[in-house]
Amino acid sequence: MIRLIDIYKEYDNGTKALKGVNLRIDDGEFVFLVGPSGSGKSTIIKLITGEVYPTAGRMMVNGFSPDNMRASQIPLMRRTLGVIFQDFRLIEKKTVWENLSFVMRAVGCSGRETRRRIPYVLKLVGLEGKENHFPNELSGGEQQRVAIARALVNNPSMIIADEPTGNLDPQRSYEIMDLLKRINELGTTVLMVTHERDLVDRFGKRVVAIEDGKIISDETGGYYNG
Amino acid sequence: MAKRINTGYYFSEGFHNVFSHGLMSFAAVCMIVACLLIMGTFTLVAVNMEHMLGELERENEFIAYIDESYTRQQAQGLESKLAELENVAEVTFVTKEEAQQSYLQGREEVELLKELPATVFRDRYRIHVEDIRDISATVDRVKAVPGVAKITVALEIAQGFVLVRNIAMGVALVLIAMLMVISLFIISNTIKLATFYRREEIAIMKMCGATNSFVRWPFVYEGMLLGIAGAVVAFFLQWGVYQLVCGFIDRSAGMGLVVIIPFAAMATRIFTTFLVSGFVIGVGGSTMAIRKFLQV
Repeated sequence: MIRLIDIYKEYDNGTKALKGVNLRIDDGEFVFLVGPSGSGKSTIIKLITGEVYPTAGRMMVNGFSPDNMRASQIPLMRRTLGVIFQDFRLIEKKTVWENLSFVMRAVGCSGRETRRRIPYVLKLVGLEGKENHFPNELSGGEQQRVAIARALVNNPSMIIADEPTGNLDPQRSYEIMDLLKRINELGTTVLMVTHERDLVDRFGKRVVAIEDGKIISDETGGYYNG
Repeated sequence: MAKRINTGYYFSEGFHNVFSHGLMSFAAVCMIVACLLIMGTFTLVAVNMEHMLGELERENEFIAYIDESYTRQQAQGLESKLAELENVAEVTFVTKEEAQQSYLQGREEVELLKELPATVFRDRYRIHVEDIRDISATVDRVKAVPGVAKITVALEIAQGFVLVRNIAMGVALVLIAMLMVISLFIISNTIKLATFYRREEIAIMKMCGATNSFVRWPFVYEGMLLGIAGAVVAFFLQWGVYQLVCGFIDRSAGMGLVVIIPFAAMATRIFTTFLVSGFVIGVGGSTMAIRKFLQV
């Protein structure tokens, strides 16, 4: 569960990115976070992942309180999240299997656990048989599936997808959306940042719109721009 | 999920990383080799200079003449007293007859000297000191021994040796220290560059919940392996270069005075020093370099 209570964020260069944001995302929800560039979407993601801290306000991420927790707890908080980026951010020198296994090793899983979990996750995202491929041997859609598999492999309670379809053609975008929807139906909370109107309108999920650092609308079954 | 990260995993990751980033690894090893070679060469030159000066020092001696009223037996009896004195390395008794022979060598054609009686000479001791810097005090101690009538010593030469050695060692130490600092700076920057190239990889690890130690340890092992590899390569290159220079000196005419220490006599010490330096440079460099990128 995520709770942002009256959150303000001002960067060192004086940019006021968030101006009193209140947001609650319950377990199992699928939420679109929409808004124009510079509206504060990325800052919300960075706050949730512990990359930046709020200037004022209180927040809670899956039982952790990033506004006043010790630095050593940040990795523990991040293990409850799976993050997907627009540019995939796969490690080019590692195979698909290695891209997933190092994430599992990072949280202390044994080799046996990785051998059991990775085939299951690859099957879930439709990448069976691609274990030994390097990222540059895969299409954009397949690379994004690897990124989704990496986000899922440690069984997080929430997936944060930062414009995951931004680099894909419409057909691949719908496939990725279907995959995220299926993951959500299995019980994982999904927070997806996007400004692709068609996707938002087509899936009819909760839509939180942000503009100039403030939430301007929050509707379940909503559309882009309300 | 139980925490089961172990040294084996970090080591295998570090080992794997050495080869998966081959070009940067090669650059780092080359840098370590170059720095160790420069420092090693300079140190070997300094060590050889020290050795040669030491040899020259050992040849330095002073003469203690025995009172003419002492019999041969009495004069010889002083040997143990002189040998016990502080800073005295070796005493050699020279009879007046031996002194005469020695004096006449090379002067055989001087007619006047042919009839020079041995009684003109005195029994004497040739005294070598352990530390040439304390020669004045040693001379005073020898003078104080009853039966020693006179002493001849070339203090200026002894002091000259001390001065030359002190200057040479001072210059060598300053240059080696400067080279070490420059080497550390260059190597740290090379490893920093290698780490910068992989900052994205580190950021991904951190975003997936990796702790700082999980990210750091493979880099530390990688640095250690690169440092050791650099040390081993530098050792064999140093050996080759040293042998080459020794061969050149041996063949050169007029260089008979130069006494070079054989590499084999120093090999273990050089190898250990290179290994420790490579280890410290590799581990230290990678630890310093990665610190900046852990703040994600």
